[in-house]
Amino acid sequence: MPDHLSALQLILNADPTLLAIVQLSLSVSLAAVALAAAIGMPIGALLALTHFPGRAILVVLLNAMMGLPPVVVGLALYLLLSRSGPLGELGILFTPTAMVLAQTVLIVPIIAALTRQTVEDLWIEYRDELGAMDVGALGRMTTLLWDARFSLLTALLAGFGRAAAEVGAVMIVGGNIDGFTRTMTTAVALETSKGNLPLAMGLGAILIVIVLAINAAAWGTRVWSQRVTG
Amino acid sequence: MRAPVSDLPLVLDDVSLQAGATAILDRISLTIAPGAPTLFIGPNGSGKTSLLRLCMGLAKPTGGRISWGGRSDPTPTRRAFVFQRPVMLRRTAAANVTYALAQAGEPRARRGERAVALLERVGLADLADRPARLLSGGEQQRLALARALARDPQILLLDEPTASLDPAATRAVEEIVLSAAQSGIKIAMASHDLGQVRRLAGEVVFLARGALCERAAASDFFDHPSTPEARAFLRGDLVI
Repeated sequence: MPDHLSALQLILNADPTLLAIVQLSLSVSLAAVALAAAIGMPIGALLALTHFPGRAILVVLLNAMMGLPPVVVGLALYLLLSRSGPLGELGILFTPTAMVLAQTVLIVPIIAALTRQTVEDLWIEYRDELGAMDVGALGRMTTLLWDARFSLLTALLAGFGRAAAEVGAVMIVGGNIDGFTRTMTTAVALETSKGNLPLAMGLGAILIVIVLAINAAAWGTRVWSQRVTG
Repeated sequence: MRAPVSDLPLVLDDVSLQAGATAILDRISLTIAPGAPTLFIGPNGSGKTSLLRLCMGLAKPTGGRISWGGRSDPTPTRRAFVFQRPVMLRRTAAANVTYALAQAGEPRARRGERAVALLERVGLADLADRPARLLSGGEQQRLALARALARDPQILLLDEPTASLDPAATRAVEEIVLSAAQSGIKIAMASHDLGQVRRLAGEVVFLARGALCERAAASDFFDHPSTPEARAFLRGDLVI
């Protein structure tokens, strides 16, 4: 049977191994997005609304960190979390928790940088009106984040896309342990090198479909929000 | 609790505003006290908007001093501003008013009730649940007025609030402004529509080239303008 037909069969039969891998990938990346949003959005908003010496350098640095190589993030976290490392006591190396942390580090800069841009643009529009209403610093931040909520979906999406697609960081800190820390991307890398192309292709197809579906949903939300909130 | 402070009288003492080498406002001294509406008029570029922004505390003068009820702290306690093009928050009309009430320190328990009353006051009760950004220009401006009135202001500053509105919407806005004035709120409003100035003004402040040319009761100003600039402006000549 040709490889691509076997791949289709694995998907249609809801192969348990395949489903477990998909499920782990999704939960790790979604947890990373949630964590990165909680950290990155306030950072981005704060950076958009404050002026201090060295701010420009920080903005450039943040933008540059959007392209952080996953293997480097993986390596850095590996050194921190390995038994002899400063955070070795936690004992989370080669667990899904470590993978969530690695992906979080990877996408905080993306979410923070895109949030900064969005909030800064909105601030130009809102500045006078909020000033006339005497809105304080914290109020400005929360108001702008809330009013930019639909635009910020794009930032979350970019973060999720990056987290779900990367191999290097989860491979290093997760260890690609069968049934425990094996994600779609690490499985594709492994199965391809083993020559098990049907599973690799099946996973690859699912990964693409997931990314497409999430983008379509986000697009739909934006169009809907434009209609509903103007 | 709102502190028992007052924003009136609003006193400008020798106030100037420079942008680079350009003088936008030139040594203006002016006291705005409770009373009939004060209308700021003058050609485009005469400094009306800048003057109102300084009065609101949205900008700092480059020269001179401004005080509100004797305080020089520009925090807007009992004053509110309506912009020519108001920015609607991306939420419902009611939520826009509730937001303004929250910022003005209204206790949470009373916000809903007051928001309903304010929306009724500006004739938008039926549109309370409509997203604010989907309202028409006139409705948005009335919502901006509701937000401003939510601050329970002593003085309401308005920067050409009807400049981009049709006559019916303009009338609705003017009626709200007049009723606010009748309830004791001091109105300070810029306009370049002389008909509107006749309809609303108790007194007129005429600006040209960033300077205060003339200040007079509205009837005096229209009957006997005392400066050549004001006479030219009333004739419909270009005042440069």
